[in-house]
Amino acid sequence: MSIKVLIPTPLRPYAGKQSTIEVNAQTVGEALSDLVARHPDLRRHLFSEDGRLRSFVNVYLNDEDIGYLSKDATPVKETDTITIVPSVAGGR
Amino acid sequence: MALTIPDVLYIQLRLHGEATYPHECCGVLVGVFDETGGKTVKAVVSCGNTRTDSPANRYHIDPEELVRIQREAMLAGHDIVGFYHSHPDHPARWSATDLAEAHWIDCSYVITSVERGRAVLTNSFQLLGPEENKRFEDEHIVVIEQ
Repeated sequence: MSIKVLIPTPLRPYAGKQSTIEVNAQTVGEALSDLVARHPDLRRHLFSEDGRLRSFVNVYLNDEDIGYLSKDATPVKETDTITIVPSVAGGR
Repeated sequence: MALTIPDVLYIQLRLHGEATYPHECCGVLVGVFDETGGKTVKAVVSCGNTRTDSPANRYHIDPEELVRIQREAMLAGHDIVGFYHSHPDHPARWSATDLAEAHWIDCSYVITSVERGRAVLTNSFQLLGPEENKRFEDEHIVVIEQ
């Protein structure tokens, strides 16, 4: 099925300058795989060399962190939206 | 490049630093990118600092807040164009921690020094990439009357 992935501003140069991309998937993992298949330049910005999500990349299914769901295996439905947000932190 | 911000929003983010003193404040700048890479802020969204273990010298924005802010910004035809935080009793310059934990390439990172509870200097730094070789560059802030 087709679901939406929202792309944050720093990743849009690697996603054809699009803010929203439709992917075909049954799970979050499949959605991310389809995303990087459509936009290969995104891969190194989302995943480390061992294939895991980079430590500062957060992936949400609607309002839920997939880390608190079933991670990559989390099932998706047509009305769902996946949002990618890099973390924001720092300090003096 | 420049970061253009209406005066009321500029005051808002500075006052946030005073309100949370001696802790760091943090928030999101929502706006638009122009064709030359400059940015105009349309809204300042104050966030909570989740670093309750060390709030005087660290900040972290709950990603769930970022998800909501990004979604609402996009619905309004805007984008996240940057972030802000305060440095209580510390200069308005980026730190090694600020750079290490900054990942929104091309966005603005605004820092306000707050001395003894009063906002003093506010500076902006644009994060330039790529991630593996990122750096901050000084960015001019243009405050406009609203």
